[in-house]
Amino acid sequence: MAVFSLEVLTPERTVVSTEVEYALLPGTDGQFGVLANHQPLMAALGLGIVEFGPLRGKRRKIALGGGFVEMHGNKMVIIARTAELAEEIDVLRAREAKRRAEERLRSQRSDVDTARAQIALQKALLRLKVANDE
Amino acid sequence: MARTSREIKRRIASISSTQQITRAMEMVAAAKLRKVQDRVASTRPYYERLAGSLAVVLQAVEGSGVELPEIAQRRTGERHCLVVLSSDRGLAGGYNTNVIRRAEAFLQEHPHTELVIVGRKARDYFRRRNRTALAEYVGLGDEPQFRQGMDIGQVILDFYLHGMFDQVAILYTQFINTLTQRVRLRPVLPIQSEIASGSSGPEPVYIFEPSATAVLEELIPLYVNAAIYQSLIEAKASEMAARMNAMAQATDNAEELIEELNKTFHRMRQAQITKEIAEIVGGADALQA
Repeated sequence: MAVFSLEVLTPERTVVSTEVEYALLPGTDGQFGVLANHQPLMAALGLGIVEFGPLRGKRRKIALGGGFVEMHGNKMVIIARTAELAEEIDVLRAREAKRRAEERLRSQRSDVDTARAQIALQKALLRLKVANDE
Repeated sequence: MARTSREIKRRIASISSTQQITRAMEMVAAAKLRKVQDRVASTRPYYERLAGSLAVVLQAVEGSGVELPEIAQRRTGERHCLVVLSSDRGLAGGYNTNVIRRAEAFLQEHPHTELVIVGRKARDYFRRRNRTALAEYVGLGDEPQFRQGMDIGQVILDFYLHGMFDQVAILYTQFINTLTQRVRLRPVLPIQSEIASGSSGPEPVYIFEPSATAVLEELIPLYVNAAIYQSLIEAKASEMAARMNAMAQATDNAEELIEELNKTFHRMRQAQITKEIAEIVGGADALQA
């Protein structure tokens, strides 16, 4: 299969720079896959999992905190708000974050920002899912 | 300058202890510079990519005839917002002076300007002149975090969307290398499609998901935050480099001064001895006579 280059950038660093055969991306309207020689593409990405690798063999996963993707001439660049490789995720910290978010949602106090707690919970769940799913 | 040798000795001691401090500060700044310098290199691609993609989307949306989302619309007003990046601590040579001087020039040129100030030095300067700022950020630390860029960016975007001002620019010090840093003005809003018009040939036709407008709306906040964050990093690297150079200079000056004082000290000691010998010889002569 034809390959294309994939780069995942966060404000802090380059998370991944590699050659892949496919990538599965969390679009704002649902997951979609991209193969090599795709038409030039720009898409907004939501919170979700980026999966990539050779079609047969080891796939890798990234927990993505939103961003966008540009693909052009077999070069795919993901500009992420946050991105963590599955193997880099600190499971204990994610569990802790999940617990705290749930607590805040349960507490029903007026000073709790429900929307923010929801997002924190979703992020923690996503990271746990990505980390455990290897 | 002529004083007793004891005074000179005391001065030498005082200068060498100052020199110890400047040398330590130089080394600390060098260590911090090394850390943040790597991040200048690792944050530039993100920002540049983002600027490039933004230009492509903006052109596509403009070309399609769809109305631009509010945040991307051109504004022609003359109300500005200037984000001034200075440091919290001094002893960095001309670092803060240069930024503040440029800010003053900007204010002269654009009287309707709201200030967003980062760093104690600029804050104190403008406070002394009774110039109020829209927002002030001090104590951001030696390693700027993306969160901080986001916080500042969010505030600016909110004000911008509420129509507080028409143009936003960041005044920061670009890190070129250890010896050279330059104060630069980085225009951020409104978005300019010329940011990266260096591409040759016709632009490929992109597919936009879910739509070009949606992508643009997603990109602009990212871009603003990244622009601020990247500037914070550049400014921090420049600050450290400026401090390192200033302190290296100070250490050298102290060295020179110590050498000079040492010479004077020995000359005085020599003169004293000569004088004493002359007196002894004189005394002996007097006895013999």
